[in-house]
Amino acid sequence: MPLRLLKFAFSKNHPAPRFFRALEQPKKSYDVVIIGGGGHGLAAAYYLAKDHGITNVAVLERGYIGGGNTGRNTTIVRSNYLTPEGVNFYDASVKIYEGLSEELDLNLFYSNRGHFTLAHTESAMRTMRWRAEVNKHVGVESRVVGPDEIAKACPQLDLSCSGHAPILGALYHAPGSIARHDGVAWGYARGADRQGAEIFQNTEVTGIDVQSGKVAGVHTSRGYIATKKVLSAVAGFTPRVTKMVDLDTPIVIHPLQACVTEPMKPWLNSILVSGSLHVYVSQSSRGELVMGSSLDPYEVHSTRSSLDFVEGLTSHMLDMFPFLSNVKIVRQWAGMADMTPDFAPIMGKTPVEGFYLDAGWGTWGFKATPISGKTMAETIANDRAPEMIHSFRLSRFEDYELTGEKGAASVGH
Amino acid sequence: MKLLHCPMNGTRPISEFVFGGEFRDMPDPEASTDKEWAAYVHNRNGAPGLKKEWWYHGPSGTWFIAERNTLTEEVLRTYLFGQETAA
Repeated sequence: MPLRLLKFAFSKNHPAPRFFRALEQPKKSYDVVIIGGGGHGLAAAYYLAKDHGITNVAVLERGYIGGGNTGRNTTIVRSNYLTPEGVNFYDASVKIYEGLSEELDLNLFYSNRGHFTLAHTESAMRTMRWRAEVNKHVGVESRVVGPDEIAKACPQLDLSCSGHAPILGALYHAPGSIARHDGVAWGYARGADRQGAEIFQNTEVTGIDVQSGKVAGVHTSRGYIATKKVLSAVAGFTPRVTKMVDLDTPIVIHPLQACVTEPMKPWLNSILVSGSLHVYVSQSSRGELVMGSSLDPYEVHSTRSSLDFVEGLTSHMLDMFPFLSNVKIVRQWAGMADMTPDFAPIMGKTPVEGFYLDAGWGTWGFKATPISGKTMAETIANDRAPEMIHSFRLSRFEDYELTGEKGAASVGH
Repeated sequence: MKLLHCPMNGTRPISEFVFGGEFRDMPDPEASTDKEWAAYVHNRNGAPGLKKEWWYHGPSGTWFIAERNTLTEEVLRTYLFGQETAA
């Protein structure tokens, strides 16, 4: 829009455009109330309106939108999972992501980089071969590569990892990408708002009104809202919300920490992950190295970060890239990861009628934002979960039908 | 560095310890239904608060109980299993 840009440049005032309406007070009732204004909740609001014409929707956010795990992850988008159900689901997400900047009319800095999961042991190589075969079977571009190909993609990498953990090979996943995570939340928020959904920040849900097994409304810090359908999309706050409706789940909360370096000239094109060294790293479009590690080892409901984490992570980074020894860490933070025993999410209906759960996103939620919003919107609109998320249902635990993604969901186990 | 008090070895760095999850009573496997047993196996009390937890001191092989607030990370007390009243 060069003409619009020119007019803007010559104009005397430059108001920041609002992304969604600043509404004061929620209405007395809504068709659907979504708890949690992160990527998942806002995407669900967006697809409820776009795919199903349901626009009488409120999104209630305790803090500010995208301020939870949506804005705390390391922005990696990939689909090289271990189970066919998982690969299918995350692949559908990657496909939406690829066209999402256009669809939301917002530059998400979606950048396709290629993703290497490094293997330092023969047993890790076995898992890589397994994942590659499952991926290929489902039609996702993943293959096992040797050290030569890794060196070609990333000549800066010390393939011996300072002699501690020589790299034997990797799982290469071509669609692996990174994106601007806060942009995803803001884009979906604007899209949902334009279609009629109402977003309320600084609005905490304090209770859920359940009458004879059915949702009747929610108590909030801005008063009572009547509704028959509630979606909980609150990641690390899930156990507090499920407690409001007396629902037991396997979810436990562990902090997951991350950090970034000062910005540098672009040198790292690929996304690199090492399970053995507990590191994943990419270089953002701003030039910072974005780095994460494994979960903190015990349950804590807090977003504090620790020196132990940054010392451990950087020592492993130096095994891989000794030349970074003078680079400074400029920020570190943590998110509250809602972990499940099988490292797959918990999505769909619950025993409480009208209470829908989008949770158990642990360390793997950002990449699933579009598809989880789409499938949860479908679940709410039809009161029936689509086939695609059947393996992620809450009742899989009492059916002893777990969806084991542990080998592909995270690092450090 | 974070520290934790082991009832056998005194105060040690947290890196010497392993978290063993919340202390829970096991239902009678003979008397419980499949559904009750599945709930025991999988479900957890994930909400924050003061919890009784299993912890393990690796170097000495000591399992013990810690009473810890999972919201504030304060440890109220630690004691060997069965010695709650003595602690």
